[in-house]
Amino acid sequence: MHTVERADFDLIASWVKPNERVLDLGCGDGSLLKRLIEERGAFGYGIEREEAGVLAAIAQGINVIQGDLEQGLAGFDDGTFNHVVLSRTLQTVRHTERLLTEMLRVGREAVVSFPNFAYWKNRVAVMNGRMPVSEDLPYEWFNTPNLRFFTLLDFEALCAKMQLVIRERQVLDEAGRLVVAGPNFLGSLAVYRLGR
Amino acid sequence: MISVGLVLPQQAHFSAPLVLKSGALLPGFDLVYETYGTLNAAKSNAILVCHALSGHHHVAGYYADQNDSIGWWDNIIGPGRPLDTDRFFIVGVNNLGGCHGSTGPASVNPATGKHWGADFPVVTVEDWVATQARLADALGIDAWAAVIGGSLGGMQALQWTLSFPERVRHSLVIAAAAKLSAENIAFNEIARQAILSDPDFHGGNYYAHGVRPLNGLRLARMLGHITYLSDDQMAEKFGRRQRPGAGSYSFEVEFEIESYLRYQGDKFAGLFDANTYLRMTRALDYFDPALAYDGQLAAALAPAQASFLVIAFSTDWRFAPFRSREIVHALVHNGQSVAYAESNCAHGHDSFLMDDAYYHAVVAAYLQRITL
Repeated sequence: MHTVERADFDLIASWVKPNERVLDLGCGDGSLLKRLIEERGAFGYGIEREEAGVLAAIAQGINVIQGDLEQGLAGFDDGTFNHVVLSRTLQTVRHTERLLTEMLRVGREAVVSFPNFAYWKNRVAVMNGRMPVSEDLPYEWFNTPNLRFFTLLDFEALCAKMQLVIRERQVLDEAGRLVVAGPNFLGSLAVYRLGR
Repeated sequence: MISVGLVLPQQAHFSAPLVLKSGALLPGFDLVYETYGTLNAAKSNAILVCHALSGHHHVAGYYADQNDSIGWWDNIIGPGRPLDTDRFFIVGVNNLGGCHGSTGPASVNPATGKHWGADFPVVTVEDWVATQARLADALGIDAWAAVIGGSLGGMQALQWTLSFPERVRHSLVIAAAAKLSAENIAFNEIARQAILSDPDFHGGNYYAHGVRPLNGLRLARMLGHITYLSDDQMAEKFGRRQRPGAGSYSFEVEFEIESYLRYQGDKFAGLFDANTYLRMTRALDYFDPALAYDGQLAAALAPAQASFLVIAFSTDWRFAPFRSREIVHALVHNGQSVAYAESNCAHGHDSFLMDDAYYHAVVAAYLQRITL
């Protein structure tokens, strides 16, 4: 696991309190949940589509539920979770608005992190005529799972349109350091806490 | 990875009367069972395998004196296999009302000296769990490390966590449902009607007439078999392939699928007891733990203390994945521990019996995390 992912997880972990219920969407091998359980005393479930992730999460003792986020969160009751986490996955989802709506139906708070397409290095790459490849956008255009390319400003405009309340925003650079000034230019990864 | 090898069935007699869910009273009963592996000193490594409609206690290994006697779930049990006999002590039992050695309709009723026949009571999933608990007592097992089953066996694995919450640490519910749908019950009803309308059924007392309702049982099994397979798999395995001499404008076996179903029906009718088949299907119909909770499955599952692994198969239309997800969502609602996996194994409902790499890996990974 590289440093930036840990930085992302560090922030999310700091927002979770003991005994809170967490749903981690696209939980992979369950590493974040394992951390939230062991370090924060949370109780959590993860949703993962890929067999390799489900197997690894089960081996780690994680409550992983195999499923596809594109199908929504049908079956999960309203207000079941304190936090619903979507770490570095929103840009791979086709039904963006529906998923955000679903997250705030089943959870009281949505925690969303995503790569900022307007990060200055990405801008430079495009200025030089190439699609960006970076720590937070580590794919080539022909093999990326990412469907959506958007910026902090784009995301916040969507939140306004959907009447989602931004409770907190933290922005990190490629090294995982907090960015305070000029986040849409200097930030590579954004982490938001959203509510209704 | 190898089989458990040679095995021997054992028999346990329970002389204390048993009141069934129906209110009927059994004066006593026998259960036939098999075990694989070694029970550890703490008796903390026992896994109960519950069987489905046509299963029995012979889950793994083979018998010395019989060819073709491999247990029905041998591919998942043995040294190094997902149900690892180097770690676990595994118990398979033939359910009450069965026809493989445990007390059932073909057994002799001690009160009359004749076969029970029609007088053998209708048994339920709850009754089976109660009898399996008596077997656990006899084996000195206070709590199962896990109870596992597919289909009707999965219902028992679920019911165990409700009947005896403190006696099950993990429940593995595979290709099952929390209750049958109307369509499921409809298939069972046709199967029962095939048996009940067979002239050789004699109201269930055919033993005294020296006959068996073979034709009805055969039809019931042919119907059941269709529902255990997937459309794609049938197309791949049989398609429209015809037998030699087909196209004779007759009603003889012309298509391979007809031949297959007749073979499966004949084989099953020769081995199975029709009265048991009636009771097994009824137990399926009746299973509905949420019934007593106004249909609220989450409320029904709330007493369970076990952790759950629920597995479904995308090609299973008899107990489709959304039926398994109902169980998962009820457990999540309650904040209970559950993992859920969905395999793409192509074999429909029967997938739970197949050696599917992902499915078996999930079971192995889950059982690995059980501390003994």
